[in-house]
Amino acid sequence: MVNALPQVAALLPVLLLGFTGLALLLVDTISPDERSNTSMAAVSALGALASLAATVWFVASGTGSVDTGGAITLFADAIKVDTMALFFTAIFASVTALVVVAANDYFHDHANPAAFYSLVTFAATGMALLAVANSLAVVFVALEMVSLPSYVLVAYLKHNRGSVEAGLKYFLVGALSSAIFLFGISLVYAATGSLILADIASAPVEGLAGVLGVGVVMMIGGVAFKTASVPFHFWAPEAYEGAPAPVSAFLSSASKAAGFVVAFRVFTEAFPLELAASANIDWMFAFAVLAAVTMTLGNFAAAVQEEVKRMLAYSSIGHAGYALIGVAALTVDGPANGTVMGAAMAHLLVYGFMNTGAFLFVAMAERWGVGKTFADYAGLWRRAPVASVAMAVFMFSLAGLPPFAGFFSKYFLFQAAIDNGFLWLAGLGAVNSVVSLYYYSRVVKALFLDDPASPSALDTIDVRPTALYAAVVFAAVATVLLLPGFGPVIETAEAAASALF
Amino acid sequence: MILEALMAAAFVGALTVFLAPDEWAGRLAFVVSLIPFVGSLYLWSGFEAGGNALLGGEIAYATQIEWLEVGGRSVSWFVGLDGISLPLFVLTTFLVPLAILSAWTPVDTRQSQFYGLMLFMEANLLGVFAALDFFLWFVFWEAVLVPMYFLIGIWGGPRRKYAAIKFFVYTNAASLLMFIGFMSLVFALGDSVSSFALPEIAQAIATGDLSAWFGIPPDRIAMVAFLAMFLGFAVKVPIVPFHTWLPDAHVQAPTPASVLLAGVLLKMGTYALLRFNFTMLPEQASMLAVPIAAIAVISVIYGAMLALAQKDLKRIVAYSSVSSMGYVILGLIVFTEYGVGGATFQMVAHGLISGLMFMAVGVIYNVTHTRMVDDMAGMADRMPITVGILVAGAFGYMGLPLMAGFAGEFFIFVGSLSAPALPYAPVFTALAMFGIVIVAGYLLSAMQSTLFGPFELETDYDVGPAAFHDVAPLAVLLVAIIVLGVAPDIFFEMIRDAALPVVEGVTVDG
Repeated sequence: MVNALPQVAALLPVLLLGFTGLALLLVDTISPDERSNTSMAAVSALGALASLAATVWFVASGTGSVDTGGAITLFADAIKVDTMALFFTAIFASVTALVVVAANDYFHDHANPAAFYSLVTFAATGMALLAVANSLAVVFVALEMVSLPSYVLVAYLKHNRGSVEAGLKYFLVGALSSAIFLFGISLVYAATGSLILADIASAPVEGLAGVLGVGVVMMIGGVAFKTASVPFHFWAPEAYEGAPAPVSAFLSSASKAAGFVVAFRVFTEAFPLELAASANIDWMFAFAVLAAVTMTLGNFAAAVQEEVKRMLAYSSIGHAGYALIGVAALTVDGPANGTVMGAAMAHLLVYGFMNTGAFLFVAMAERWGVGKTFADYAGLWRRAPVASVAMAVFMFSLAGLPPFAGFFSKYFLFQAAIDNGFLWLAGLGAVNSVVSLYYYSRVVKALFLDDPASPSALDTIDVRPTALYAAVVFAAVATVLLLPGFGPVIETAEAAASALF
Repeated sequence: MILEALMAAAFVGALTVFLAPDEWAGRLAFVVSLIPFVGSLYLWSGFEAGGNALLGGEIAYATQIEWLEVGGRSVSWFVGLDGISLPLFVLTTFLVPLAILSAWTPVDTRQSQFYGLMLFMEANLLGVFAALDFFLWFVFWEAVLVPMYFLIGIWGGPRRKYAAIKFFVYTNAASLLMFIGFMSLVFALGDSVSSFALPEIAQAIATGDLSAWFGIPPDRIAMVAFLAMFLGFAVKVPIVPFHTWLPDAHVQAPTPASVLLAGVLLKMGTYALLRFNFTMLPEQASMLAVPIAAIAVISVIYGAMLALAQKDLKRIVAYSSVSSMGYVILGLIVFTEYGVGGATFQMVAHGLISGLMFMAVGVIYNVTHTRMVDDMAGMADRMPITVGILVAGAFGYMGLPLMAGFAGEFFIFVGSLSAPALPYAPVFTALAMFGIVIVAGYLLSAMQSTLFGPFELETDYDVGPAAFHDVAPLAVLLVAIIVLGVAPDIFFEMIRDAALPVVEGVTVDG
């Protein structure tokens, strides 16, 4: 970070997102006649890209990294900017940019698209705030800041029964898990007398370890909800399926990563591995069980779906299971603690592009009105070759096939887990990856090999939504280029995660 | 950097052809594919390397740039050639332009995508033979599957979907098995290796750095890894009983894809067997010498018998590939200078000959629209040049002296007759030689009934001589086969140089 700037400038990526949201709201309120779908999309995309640029600049200049004086703490330690926070902010900003660009085409005939952009931007601001939160109070406030716009976004097509139903389901489960999470925080506070993560770790807990333990379990529940992990995953297939596809992309990529930043930071800082071992609050084992169940359930459920969007929803649960390995395969003094968590972060970044891209392809299919099932996608390649190639890239990459970035991120995650002694978890992950190849390749088969149901089935493809195309193609290019460019990503993530141990 | 330039030429060419209009995509692709060919000739002419790249030999045109480092092991962009990979590299760049020429007549839909995929596959094939880092190699290895899947699945015959998916599933499952096998070696090597560079890993295993891992003793890990990798590559080669995807894929694939499938993709399997199993774990290989030799001989005989039973010309050629690959495995397992060298030479020879056969069958199919032996007779009357070349190629297959096939098989038999590492070597050799008789049997009878005698065809197409651009690649291939048969030393010398260190790794006790 450039020394001349005040410390608070480290929050620049968060602030840029927040101000963008406010600006959008301002225009929408003060002069509703001035706004247009395109200009709103452009402004929010520029805001997200500016935030991304600031993040990349900070990472490159070493702001908050161990090499340049360590993390920057602000506001009486409530905020902590380190490389991990910046890394996750980069994921949120990238996904946001892709989603708002795509939404420009998706909502082309929506009566009031303007609110969409400010809601997405505010949710992204909440995520970025979550990434820098160093106090449980900030964590909770930021979490709600992510959740509230998300409920509205899921129900954004208010004349569509599916969308409204999904929004309501999401809201009910979300409210419940927020309450559980908050209760967990209060128990942790009761046991330790602090909300600052580092102080919780250093507080004496004799006698109250049981209370602390219950609090930790409840917080695990909150994380499981946000990351759509078992046993709080029920909302995900409904919400992702019913929501407008760009919103599904946003929730399953960015919102999920936001849940993981809580898991990664709060658990390792507030309840360090040594404390977990000595006080017998073995949250690593709890996460290991969750990871195993989540990836298995997600993948097997995805394998039996008939609708592409629902398949992607379950596959996103499966990927939450892989990323949970990052907090599960940890041991006291483990040789690869930083590596495994770093690999999980890198996987979330790659996942941010490939999964967003896949949902945006579904958005394109919804825009064309070609139907929802695998069979409806038959032969799309003949009319939309570029988008179909991009979708094939996403599918193969999600499955972890080698020519794409998803292979590296998954492989290094499993390798680090094995190095840390979690052969069983890595083995289960590998088996699940094999299962996943089945249903991902079904999409590719439908797009390229199957013949359309009737010669006129493809006639609905009568428009070329430029912005959607741009977003999908960009995500595909990123998914491919992250393979040769994986070095800086994994090395940054590994260094960022290692700083926590 | 010249290796990178050639791969980049193929890759950029692929992108360009993708975007080119269909009218001249084929011509553009042909011109583009000549760049890697000319470049590889240049590589060949300036080739100066000694020994085996994996076992401390000098590597030609090597580049090593670190890519990334995770958990104490680095992955790098590490490419280079030695006497084993250069001939296969040249074979690939030589076959691709010819395969593209052979596509001009039959491929008439979505041409720019077709030729783009062909070039994309070439770029990855070159990567497979040049890569010396495990990850880099694996990325290329898997990236070859994707274009082939689409080439079969989109431009293939009536059962193309089934064939494409079978191909994809078989080879991917095999890749996973092989990947796990190799990774268990890497993990068992622990801290004694700091990268995925194949030379480093091969040499660490040779010096005995394998240690126990998760309580499994190193000997057992090595054996399990050997078996996993062997099975993984066996599917690719393919070795009986893992060959069933091959005839489906070949029969459904369009001719140019068949040419590359038989000519180069199968060699990926034998090349990897040589590089990984036989170079890195020679001890385990010689422990299993008898069963592997038995599988090799069974592949030779059984593949040939299957070919004997076929009625479809393309299926005959496809099954005969299974048989020919059996010779290669036999040559590898005997661990003699001529055995391993001959096997490598046979890879190149078979690449040329099977490419020629598939192309010739394709040319006949273009005009007759049938490949069934019973449907046609006397084709020699109508297509004298094509048929003449096909007959010459078939004699090459049967091992006519002064053609490449003869040299390859002769070297293998010389090597395997006196193999100290393989018990009962003469018995295995004699049995394998019997395969040649069957080859001659089915090829001669198929040609007799389709090519000679009075002309007869059970379809209504007007049959005349093939176009120049169909026949020219056949002629070029035939010339190459004869040149390689007359002067095998143009490749065999460098192959032998690289094969010797592999052979010396095997200690024969008693």
